[in-house]
Amino acid sequence: MMEKIKFGVIVFPGSNCDHDAHYASGQLAGQDSRLIWHKEHSLGDVDVVIVPGGFSYGDYLRCGAIARFSPIMKDVVRFAGKGGIVIGICNGFQILTEAGLLPGVLLRNESLLFVCRNVSIRTENISTRFTGTCQKGEVLNVPIAHGDGNYFAEADTIRKLEENGQVVFRYCDENGRVTKESNPNGSVNNIAGIVNEEGNILGMMPHPERASDALLGLTDGKKIFESIIHSFVSSAQQFAAV
Amino acid sequence: MYHSKITIILRKSILDPQGKAVELGIHSLGYTGVANVRIGKCVEMDIDANQRDEAEKISREISDKLLANPIMEDFSISLEEHKGL
Repeated sequence: MMEKIKFGVIVFPGSNCDHDAHYASGQLAGQDSRLIWHKEHSLGDVDVVIVPGGFSYGDYLRCGAIARFSPIMKDVVRFAGKGGIVIGICNGFQILTEAGLLPGVLLRNESLLFVCRNVSIRTENISTRFTGTCQKGEVLNVPIAHGDGNYFAEADTIRKLEENGQVVFRYCDENGRVTKESNPNGSVNNIAGIVNEEGNILGMMPHPERASDALLGLTDGKKIFESIIHSFVSSAQQFAAV
Repeated sequence: MYHSKITIILRKSILDPQGKAVELGIHSLGYTGVANVRIGKCVEMDIDANQRDEAEKISREISDKLLANPIMEDFSISLEEHKGL
């Protein structure tokens, strides 16, 4: 039997999805999950880091701008640099862009409104460590809750993201069509989630951790946690086969 | 001692929906000749420096590293020598 994957969920002052992420990766996914206070200097022996949603430091200055100076972020950058799996959700995505771990920036929603509802996102790339158990083009139903989720990057950066298959999720309608109407915040090319070039860091505005428990209605988010876990199992099998 | 005032504003290439909304308000007031309203932030601080160059350098570094995100924002610095401190 495979050892449990160790998830570490960073807790900043103002994080509010930390316990949901902890519950989804721990109790629901059946793995080991721990909360890591932002003042810690070391992640310890975790396999996966979750930078959760919320309003770290009250979103002062810019969303995520202050959180990236928290002591733990140095170790997150180190961990990510050596290929460690990192997932930033909502405010976590904003923090990862501010820390320079992912390209681009999340601007104020085009509508200026805080948007809190379930949306459909299309899985664009299934060969990542976060989407391995999804079908190509699979439409996932997951909630969003943000005021600054309007993904923007320079045209050159967008072109590279598209060419490299780094756009992992795109807002779409329930039939998987990517339309202007299905874009909740004005993101370039309906981008809802991206990975870095190396493929070990994912940032996404939708909340998979809020769509993981059947009791709460939606379960599509679970696929992301399952994919991460599966990616460790398959790499362990590959290792064993060598 | 210098007083530094740093203005941070969304880059021209980036749509500013907040500015657009305020522009609509301004037009509703009857000032129809007003256009290109943009909204930014202003950050003030006192800097312990003897030379203007040094205060400018510190202001610029702080802006580059923290106050502005170069992907979406530009900044400008205005300095005033602080007397009586």
